[in-house]
Amino acid sequence: MLAIDPRALERLAAGQVVALVTGTNGKTTTTRLLTAAMRTRAPVTTNAAGANLVSGLVSALARHPAGAAAVLEVDEGLLPQAVAAVHPAVVLLLNLSRDQLDRTGEVRMHAQRWRAALAGSPATHVVANVDDPLVTWAARPSARVTWVGTGQRWRLDAASCPQCGARILWDEPPEDGWACSVCDLRRPAADMWLDGDTLVLADGLRLDVRLSLPGWANRANAAMAVAGAREAGADAEAALRAMADVADVAGRYQVVALDGRVRARLLLAKNPAGWAEALDLLRPAPLPVVVGINARIQDGRDPSWLWDVPFERLRGRFVVATGERGRDLAVRLHYAEVEHRFVADELEAIRCAAASAPASAAGVDVDVAANYSSFQQIRKAVGSGGSREESDRGP
Amino acid sequence: MAPEAVTVVLLYPELLGTYGDGGNAVVLAQRLRWRGRRAEIVEVTAGEPVPESGQLYLMGGGEDGPQALAARELTASRALHRAIDGGAALLAVCAGFQVVGHRFVGPDGEPHAGLGLLDCVTSRDTGARRVGEVVTVPDPSIDVPRLTGYENHQSVTALGRGVRPLGRVVVGAGNDTGDRSEGAIAGRVVGTYLHGPVLARNPALADHLLASVVGDLEPLDDAEAEVLRKERLTAASRERR
Repeated sequence: MLAIDPRALERLAAGQVVALVTGTNGKTTTTRLLTAAMRTRAPVTTNAAGANLVSGLVSALARHPAGAAAVLEVDEGLLPQAVAAVHPAVVLLLNLSRDQLDRTGEVRMHAQRWRAALAGSPATHVVANVDDPLVTWAARPSARVTWVGTGQRWRLDAASCPQCGARILWDEPPEDGWACSVCDLRRPAADMWLDGDTLVLADGLRLDVRLSLPGWANRANAAMAVAGAREAGADAEAALRAMADVADVAGRYQVVALDGRVRARLLLAKNPAGWAEALDLLRPAPLPVVVGINARIQDGRDPSWLWDVPFERLRGRFVVATGERGRDLAVRLHYAEVEHRFVADELEAIRCAAASAPASAAGVDVDVAANYSSFQQIRKAVGSGGSREESDRGP
Repeated sequence: MAPEAVTVVLLYPELLGTYGDGGNAVVLAQRLRWRGRRAEIVEVTAGEPVPESGQLYLMGGGEDGPQALAARELTASRALHRAIDGGAALLAVCAGFQVVGHRFVGPDGEPHAGLGLLDCVTSRDTGARRVGEVVTVPDPSIDVPRLTGYENHQSVTALGRGVRPLGRVVVGAGNDTGDRSEGAIAGRVVGTYLHGPVLARNPALADHLLASVVGDLEPLDDAEAEVLRKERLTAASRERR
C-alpha cells in the first residue's frame, strides 16, 4: 500500500463534481461508459483501469483539470471511505456477489457498510440495480435514488434477506419481482429498465442500446451509466451514442493476432457471476477455448468457486486449461466431462487450442477467458509473442 | 436388475454453497456414474421439504445469516436426523460442519443450538481468521491418504468424546482448539473445514463416503486429481510454514 494521506482525497475532491462506480462486477467497464457519456457535457477525468484504491483515486484527482467532472471506479471495500472523503454527487451501485472467497468472505458486510455510508451522505444521488436485493437494501435509506432494472440473473448470494435473514421469494420469469417472505424489503418500482436491447425510461421513452461491447452484462452496465449521466445533466440518447464507441476496456474483448494466423479474443471473468456471463459470450462450438485460472491475492487465494461455474456448458468443444491453478480447472473439466488438456505456458496454450481447430486459409479463431491476474499474464504474453489487431484504447 | 439410483441431496445450496460446495455433489454423482451406477443430485432450497430417502447428504459453507436460517429449517423438520438414523451419510463443510454440532455462533455473536449430529461445539475466539491451505493426516479409522484443502473460518470447534477427528493437522489451523484436530467423524457423518471442494481434491474420501452407503467400489483413473494433490501438498508446506 502506498503511503498516501487519505485526507489528500478530501482536499483534491473539494468543490468537484464526482461520480463513484462500485460493485463486484462491471466497475471498470461502467466507469469507461459513464466517462464517455458525461464527456458529452463537459471534460471528465477518470482513474486508470483497475486503480480503484486510495492511491488510484488520488492520482486521478490530482490530474483533475479545472471545471472537469470526475468519474472514479472504487473498490467495494473502499466505498464508505471514498463517500466520506469526496462527497460524491452520484454513486452507482452495480451488484454484489461472491468474489475473492478468502478475503472478503461476507458479501453482506459490504451491503451493510454501503448502506451506512450512503445514509450519512444525504446530498448524494444513488443509482442502484433494483434486481440485486443486497444493492437495493444498501440504497434504500438514501433520499435520492434512481432504481434501474438491469435484469440481473445471479441470485445465489441473495437467497436470504439482508435486512432480516428470512427467505427472499422470486417471481417466476418473465415477472421480475422479488420480496422478503417476512419483512418489508421488496423490489422497488424501477425508474428505468432494460427490455432486451432497449432501455425503457419511466416516461415511456424507449432507446436502443447498441454497444460495441458484447452481451447482457454490458447492456446492464450501460443502463446504469445512462442513469448516472442523466444525474450529471447529460441527455440519455446522447449518452448512449457516446457509449457505442467504447470498444475494448483495458484489454477486455480485445482481439490479438498470434503467429500471423491465430486470432485470439480476450475475455475477463473474475468470479462465478462474471464467468456465467463470459460463457454466454463465447462463440459457438467447435471454436476452441482457452481458460486461464490463477489464485493470487487479487484473484482470491481459494479457487473453490470454479465449481460454481457451469463449465458443463463447454461440452462438445476442446478446452485448454492454463494458469497457475490450471490443475484445479483440469479436475473441474474432468468432472464436467469436457475434453481438455493442461498447458502451463499461456502462448503454447493458445497455440494448442488453435491446432485443434480445422485449418482454414482465413486463420483460426480462439476465445481466451481468464480471471484477473491470469488475464494480465496472457495480455503480457501476447503483447510480446503476438501483435495487437486492435489498438488498446484503455486509458 | 439394475440397482436403484443413488440420491445425493445437496442441502440449501443457496444458503450453504459459498465455497463451490455444489462441487462435492458433482464429484459423488460422477464417481457413481463412471462406475455404471445411476446417480441423481437433488437440490433442496430453503422452505422446501428435505427428502428422507437420500443416501448421501451434503452441506457447505455460508455466511452467518444464511447459516442460522439453514439451522432453523433443519431443526424444525428433523428430516436430516431421520435420514441419518436410516443409514444415510452426511458430509458437512465449514458453516455446515458448525451447524451439525451441538452449538454454533449465530449472526448476533451468541451461541445457537445446532443439529447435534456430531458431538462438537463451535465458539468464537479473538484469534485472527483462519485462512489458507491445510494438510491433515486422516484418522486411522478411515483408509485414505493425506487430506488437502483450503480453510477460511473465524470460529473454532472443540470435539467431544462421541467423535474422532477427521484428521490431524500437519499444515494449517483446523478446528484450532489446541489438539491439532481437523473436522470430525462419527460413522457415516463427516464434518470438515476443508474447501477445494474437499472431495475434488481428495477422491479417496469421496469413495470412502460412497462405499459407506453402496458397498465396495472399483478404482477409477484419478491421474489429474493426483497431479493436483501433489501440487497442493507441496504448496501448502511452502505457503504456511
